[in-house]
Amino acid sequence: MAKMNLLQAINSALDVAMAKNDKVSVFGEDVGHFGGVFRATSGLQEKYGRSRCFNTPLVEQGIIGFANGLAAQGSFPVAEIQFGDYIFPAFDQIVNETAKFRYRSGNEFNVGGLTIRTPYGGGIHGGHYHSQSPEAYFAHTPGLKIVIPRNPYQAKGLLLSAIFDPNPVLFMEPKRLYRAAVGEVPEDEYTIPLGKAEVVQEGSDVTVVGWGAQIEVIERAAELAAKDGVSVEIVDLRSILPWDVDTVAKSVMKTGRAVVSQEAPHTMAFGSEVAATIQEKCFLYLESPVMRASGLDTPYPLAHEKEYFSDHLKTYEAIKRSLNY
Amino acid sequence: MAKQMAKDPQKTAVTTKLEVIPANALDIPMFQVLKEDGSVHKGAKLPDIDKELALKMFSTMQFIRVLDERMIAAQRQGRISFYLSSLGEEAAAIGSAAALEFEDMIMGQYREQGALAFRGFTIEQFMNQLFSNAKDLGKGRQMPVHYGCAALNFMTISSPLGTQIPQATGYAFGQKQSGDKTCTLCYFGEGAASEGDFHAGLNMAAVYKVPVIFFCRNNGYAISTPAHEQFAGDGIAPRATGYGMKAIRVDGNDIFAVYAATQEARRLAVEENEPVLIEAMSYRMAGHSTSDDPTGYRTREEEDARRIREPMVRFRNWLVKKGWITEEEADAQQQSHKETVLAALKKAETVPVPALEEIIVDVYDTPTQALYDQLEELKTHIKKYPDAYPKTSGGVK
Repeated sequence: MAKMNLLQAINSALDVAMAKNDKVSVFGEDVGHFGGVFRATSGLQEKYGRSRCFNTPLVEQGIIGFANGLAAQGSFPVAEIQFGDYIFPAFDQIVNETAKFRYRSGNEFNVGGLTIRTPYGGGIHGGHYHSQSPEAYFAHTPGLKIVIPRNPYQAKGLLLSAIFDPNPVLFMEPKRLYRAAVGEVPEDEYTIPLGKAEVVQEGSDVTVVGWGAQIEVIERAAELAAKDGVSVEIVDLRSILPWDVDTVAKSVMKTGRAVVSQEAPHTMAFGSEVAATIQEKCFLYLESPVMRASGLDTPYPLAHEKEYFSDHLKTYEAIKRSLNY
Repeated sequence: MAKQMAKDPQKTAVTTKLEVIPANALDIPMFQVLKEDGSVHKGAKLPDIDKELALKMFSTMQFIRVLDERMIAAQRQGRISFYLSSLGEEAAAIGSAAALEFEDMIMGQYREQGALAFRGFTIEQFMNQLFSNAKDLGKGRQMPVHYGCAALNFMTISSPLGTQIPQATGYAFGQKQSGDKTCTLCYFGEGAASEGDFHAGLNMAAVYKVPVIFFCRNNGYAISTPAHEQFAGDGIAPRATGYGMKAIRVDGNDIFAVYAATQEARRLAVEENEPVLIEAMSYRMAGHSTSDDPTGYRTREEEDARRIREPMVRFRNWLVKKGWITEEEADAQQQSHKETVLAALKKAETVPVPALEEIIVDVYDTPTQALYDQLEELKTHIKKYPDAYPKTSGGVK
């Protein structure tokens, strides 16, 4: 075990994967010698050479198109999109190509080796274009897997699963926690299963569902609720697509109440899907409607970042709304 | 040559000689007027610039350099969240903006503060944007350096790279339709020229023959990625030929060459509806932004070697030799800019953030009922926890 921050854990996962299989390569804008703008790929070019860790020209649609081709050829490309906000030129490649490669060819071809890494989320004074949480756009795309880790340990184990999973995976990294989240991480290989949620904290009064950096926010809200004598069960989805309906439903059937806390704008964020599914699966167990704490339905404003953000206080208020309905 | 018969594949000229066109078929030199020491090349023609214009260009250069230096420091002090310097590229932005008419639209990438200052953006306007305060024209919503000003015909900056390129084509198409004899000048870097939007924008401009000038600042780096890892060809200018577009390669550190090139491009754009691609060769002397440290990807020796070609000393030497400014006057002007910038910084720093109500404004032309509801909910929440939202709680009644 070693103390690592989230970036170091990502770096360690890439290192382990590249050492294990020489068909794993990492690339993206500034990813090579510089090691990426966040330094997630530091040292990998020196260790594995310029043909396995390299800079790309500045073209996101090209990065993912290239990665699709490389994956179709049988490699395990790990493509970095520098910010989730800049993934949209690659939307066509991801939605129409990556996600449909296997299905449209009757499994003659697939790009299962592909992993797309991208930082997402706010709280770093990033304004409109360095703060967004675009996971819901992609969650509307059958054929993709979407994974979002909450801490260094989760990041390494989930990324290693993502890289060698036989399906293309969009791996979204909470950049606010890149250096802020530190924890014990095994130096060797280990995996955490995709598509499985985790009960981070057991409780009996209300279930709060979240993913990624929002888990930390939910934990703070749960502490506030605990002072009121409220026992909160926290479920980290870890995978947005496919997601672990059973674990969430089981938890809600136990507590009878559910809250989703998410960073993205309220309307059509992934929490909408979670809420709809909970009412389908747990209707007779629910004591109150599923509540949501979300970002506002506006672009992410710089000066009003704090006000926009679905912070621990807003999450705490959502918990209270659920309890006092 | 230049038959361009391929527009109709059936009419393509025939040859019996198997010819492979070499990758470097175009070898485009860089247009220069001023030598590095500020003297004029023998036989070079100085553009028609009077003293008043020349001094305005120089003063703007000095101003931008002072502003950049001061705001980098302000970011280091934690007074603003981010900054992005144009150090070394001032001539490219200011020389090109000076060759335009005021009614021409400018669409920037994010390193052309010189063009905006030349247009008349005041130091107060710069500072209000940089501090995301209530007086910022962009209402404090975007990161620092994302300026924009409709009154100055300067489109608001957007972080995603290259998106402005096809937009410039569309804007210029509208200008042509309206017959108002204006053009659009679109800045971007050699890194952004790799984006798909570059291809889309240039191809459409050439097909529609619209009055647009694509101005590429080739400064050698896209964050850490050197130009030789960005493209294998001879830079950006030769690409124009493939689109059926005119091109000029110019020394971006020679303000007279930039001015002359842009003036000619504007003439072609406005009078002949010919889009033009200008590639200005320069060097990004600063880091990409305050978020990176160039020592991680290039050497001091390289930076020092490029510093001697920087644009301001060259222009200053010419002005002094011409007798339009003295060394003392130039120094005094720089000092005066420093004082102006510092005073404006201190003033902007104390202006509060925009009112909370602004948060839902401009999502649409008028806020939806759902947005009003979210605002009311937010106000109730802030009233409950005023200490957690110190920037706005005082204004929430």
